[in-house]
Amino acid sequence: MRETMTKSMARNIFYGGSLFFIAIFLGLSAQSHRYIVTTSTNAETLTPSVVAGKRIWEQKACIDCHTIIGEGAYFAPELSNVMTRWGIEPGDHAGAKDALAAWMGAMPSGVEGRRQMPHFDLTDAQYQDLADFLLWVDTIDTQGWPPNDAG
Amino acid sequence: MKYQTQKIALAYMGTALGLFAIQVLMGLIIGWIYVQPNFLSELLPFNIGRMLHTNALIVWLILGFFGAAYFLIPEESEREIHSPFLAYLQLAILVVGTLGAVLTYTFNLFEGNILLGKDGREFLEQPLWVKGGIVVAALIFLFNVSMTVLKGRKTAITNILLLGLWGLALLFLFAFYNPGNLALDKQYWWYVVHLWVEGVWELIMAAILAYLMLKLTGVDREVVEKWLYVIVALSLFSGILGTGHHYYWIGTPGYWQWIGSIFSSLEVIPFFAMMAFAFVMVWKGRRDHPNKAALLWSLGCATLAFFGAGVWGFLHTLHGVNFYTHGTQITAAHGHLAFFGAYVSLNLAIMSYAFPMLRGRDPYNQVLNMASFWLMSGGMVFMTFTLTFAGTVQTHLQRVMGMAYMEVQDQLWLFYVMRFGSGVAVVLGAGLFIYALAMPRREVVARAVAAE
Repeated sequence: MRETMTKSMARNIFYGGSLFFIAIFLGLSAQSHRYIVTTSTNAETLTPSVVAGKRIWEQKACIDCHTIIGEGAYFAPELSNVMTRWGIEPGDHAGAKDALAAWMGAMPSGVEGRRQMPHFDLTDAQYQDLADFLLWVDTIDTQGWPPNDAG
Repeated sequence: MKYQTQKIALAYMGTALGLFAIQVLMGLIIGWIYVQPNFLSELLPFNIGRMLHTNALIVWLILGFFGAAYFLIPEESEREIHSPFLAYLQLAILVVGTLGAVLTYTFNLFEGNILLGKDGREFLEQPLWVKGGIVVAALIFLFNVSMTVLKGRKTAITNILLLGLWGLALLFLFAFYNPGNLALDKQYWWYVVHLWVEGVWELIMAAILAYLMLKLTGVDREVVEKWLYVIVALSLFSGILGTGHHYYWIGTPGYWQWIGSIFSSLEVIPFFAMMAFAFVMVWKGRRDHPNKAALLWSLGCATLAFFGAGVWGFLHTLHGVNFYTHGTQITAAHGHLAFFGAYVSLNLAIMSYAFPMLRGRDPYNQVLNMASFWLMSGGMVFMTFTLTFAGTVQTHLQRVMGMAYMEVQDQLWLFYVMRFGSGVAVVLGAGLFIYALAMPRREVVARAVAAE
């Protein structure tokens, strides 16, 4: 290598090649952005309630125990398909809220030897927002992931 | 130490080590919660402890990078840092921001407030005002070191280091983009997370490693710098499109499964190159540098980064595998060894090298420091094995057999007990490392041969 490549050649390959790959990446990123907005997610059902629910999800730092579409901490169950797991129909906003409120209201269980979820004092409207968010996430086209309802 | 302003590094590295201690202690606590789930469940819920564990890690690694930059840039560019005042101001902003984030999460202050309250996107949990502070601090830093380098000698090491640090700061700006569409949010969230650790941080890592090799082995600068360009080229060529391995299942198009699989498989190569580079330099080098601990950490860094980031990354990066392992303890196993090997060891290597000089004395504490290397590395490797086994069992039971999450977790209890044990070793090792750098004032184990 000493004879065939000089430092300045290596440097030029680094800068030129990196720019090349950055350009490809940005192009594919733009296409992916479009694909998400137009194809894999539903803009019409992305209501203000869903957005408010996402905000609650962030304010309570839910992701530091749970995963959502596989990302987060691995301490508690996957939640992108929780509504499917609970057998809630995609359009059943009231049912989703009731199930979520019943579950979260019973936390922490205090059962010895079982992982504890904190108690979050959500209002009825907040339960609805959070439930709508989880319902909406369940509709994202994730190329078939997760493999089964266990998440 | 040739330049007075290199002293700035001491404040950064000291602060980084303090946060390192907090990070591993918090890791021990949440590791214990896995074993005994009722522990502290009201006082310190798992999510808060976990946020502190990961964020303390990120902040201390970055403080370490800043410290390393302040230490090596004066030597490389052959002049004093542009403004020591700005450097200390930058540190003060970062410390205030860090304390603010810790207090906000520990005591759940200002809940719901968009500016001051918790902002739980993984790894970007810092309240918005802290994110703003980080940007200000980064701008001060970039101004300060760029001014220093522009006026002084330009080397490949400072070039790559600055490129990496500029990239780090610019990519962080995507942390401010948080759309209501979760899939879009994830797409750009990875711009920060992936393009940091598998992109620009690798530039920083390669530059610091090259500097250490230059100093420790005495190999010719031309050779080191040529290798450096080759390595960082391999990093970015594979790492940028390697982002695709995070775009398999988040609502992004299906073609990422092929792009991600191919390019992230190639991500092993730069880590292999770094390992080969480090060992070849040491074999070729004729210098017998007295700081054996720094050399051990440098070689350990390159080796563990290859296994943690390279091999363990490849283990679950092909989309056919990742379909089943995504978001299981396999990911946790990879994350732990990759961060420890690549970035923790790197920081501890440059600290081991710099501390004796910054404190104006010989590297006295070699044996303790080297013992801490084996204790910490042994602990981390064992932890990686336990989590890998846990993840394998989890993948099979949950993703293949479809057993419910909590039922599966009950089956993993023994692995979590062993993980906790390895965590104890890591905490002891970290304590020993800090002690070895900070305390001994004379040789702990006398050298057999008197110094010439």
